[in-house]
Amino acid sequence: MRKKTLSAEPPPLHSAQIDLAAHPIAMRLNGGVFAYLGKVAAVLLKDVRAELRGREIFSTMTAFSVLAVLIFGMAFDLRVPRAEMIAPGVLWVVVLFTGVLGLNRSFGAEVDRGTLPSLLLAPVDRSAIYFGKMLANLLFTLATALVILAVMFFVFDLNLFQPYNLAAMLLGVIGYVGVGTLFAALTANSRARETLLPILLLPVMVPVFVSGVALTASVLDGKAWEDLSQWFGILTAFDAIFIVVAYLLFDLVWEDG
Amino acid sequence: MRSIATHPHPVGWRGLDLLQLVLSALAVAAMTVSMWAALYYAPPASNLAGDEQLAQRIFYIHMGCNIGALAGFLMSVVGSIVYLVKRDLDWDRVSQAAIEVGLVCGMGTILTGMFWAKPTWNTYWTWDPRLTTSAITVLVYLAYLLFRNGIDNRHTRARFASIYALVAFLSVPLTFYSARIFRSIHPVVYGAENVDAQGGFSVGPTMTQALHINLIGFCILFSALLVLRWRQLRNEDAVAELREEIA
Repeated sequence: MRKKTLSAEPPPLHSAQIDLAAHPIAMRLNGGVFAYLGKVAAVLLKDVRAELRGREIFSTMTAFSVLAVLIFGMAFDLRVPRAEMIAPGVLWVVVLFTGVLGLNRSFGAEVDRGTLPSLLLAPVDRSAIYFGKMLANLLFTLATALVILAVMFFVFDLNLFQPYNLAAMLLGVIGYVGVGTLFAALTANSRARETLLPILLLPVMVPVFVSGVALTASVLDGKAWEDLSQWFGILTAFDAIFIVVAYLLFDLVWEDG
Repeated sequence: MRSIATHPHPVGWRGLDLLQLVLSALAVAAMTVSMWAALYYAPPASNLAGDEQLAQRIFYIHMGCNIGALAGFLMSVVGSIVYLVKRDLDWDRVSQAAIEVGLVCGMGTILTGMFWAKPTWNTYWTWDPRLTTSAITVLVYLAYLLFRNGIDNRHTRARFASIYALVAFLSVPLTFYSARIFRSIHPVVYGAENVDAQGGFSVGPTMTQALHINLIGFCILFSALLVLRWRQLRNEDAVAELREEIA
């Protein structure tokens, strides 16, 4: 009885667990969907906790985005008569450029702190790491996007907190971090990763950028759902295609990591 | 991992040398015939006049470059997929060579297009879907080459570049469709008629012949350049491996 309470030894392995270690594929599928979602949530919570303690990503993104909106405001102030003319472009440019900062830190911080190998050694499927990281990036970028909308509300005197615009931003940012997380993983180990990520990411993001700008402009013009639906279609197709592709390709990134 | 040098290096003529010589000679001949067809054989477009009529001859070269770029980017997808499945560096070299040659053709398409657009549309550049897509595609593949330079390990470089090439290629059609919902003024010569098109013309039988000669000519040129660059990359890797052995 006494020995039992003091014992620090791990409990003996069950035969099922030994099988799992020998068969990584079984380990992936073991436990069903909820166990998988639990692993995704664990990676997500790890990133959120690291962010709450280190205050590294969100504060940088927010500071940069506020700065960028103010700079755009000053740059266009003299020549543009109505803020509606430039607001959609400013909004999406700032979101895309700010997102790069967060994506760079997503795997860059792991490499700098030397924690990437431990993360990869975690007994979860690599796609769970992808989805966890993606959701963390989504959270940080959406939080920053809300700050950008608030700053634009005051600087440009435009209310962009409208349901269709918020939906467009949600879909756009999902596609953005979906591809961005994969590319961040690709560039994390290369020389000059901070400069390389935007060069890789931004040309691929053109459909998101074009649809987003068109949607925000249509919302500002007060257009009906019929005019918006095809843009929402493009954004949804982009999100679906690229998240599936990233899910399929993410495993290949880490073969010798 | 497989060895980089896939074959020993005997002195003298080998099959590939011969293929290359034949292809290069064919390419020179094909380009000569293509230029003749584009500049002399094809009749002037009957509904255009002056500078516009003269500039219309760019069409044949414009389409030729375009098919080269298309072939290059499609080839890079094949190379990337086969590399990821077989892990044979030769296919990664196919991918890289195809993208480099495709980029040259793509820039050729944009440049010839700009010189054609000035007399016809009175501007070098518009945000037409095809122009947008071609510019973005060229940027995507320039990024591919920059990305390759940033990775030291040869096999990691091949794997990451293949992943990027696949993802990047998938974004091109979506870029095109998203840009197309905006109004377009680019003429559509084959397929659906574009009501807003400017500088369009109908293609007669002699013009079709000249176009086909150019398309085939540029395909031969593309293959010759591809094989040349592929072999060069192969030799580069072989030299790098020999250097490592010495060091």
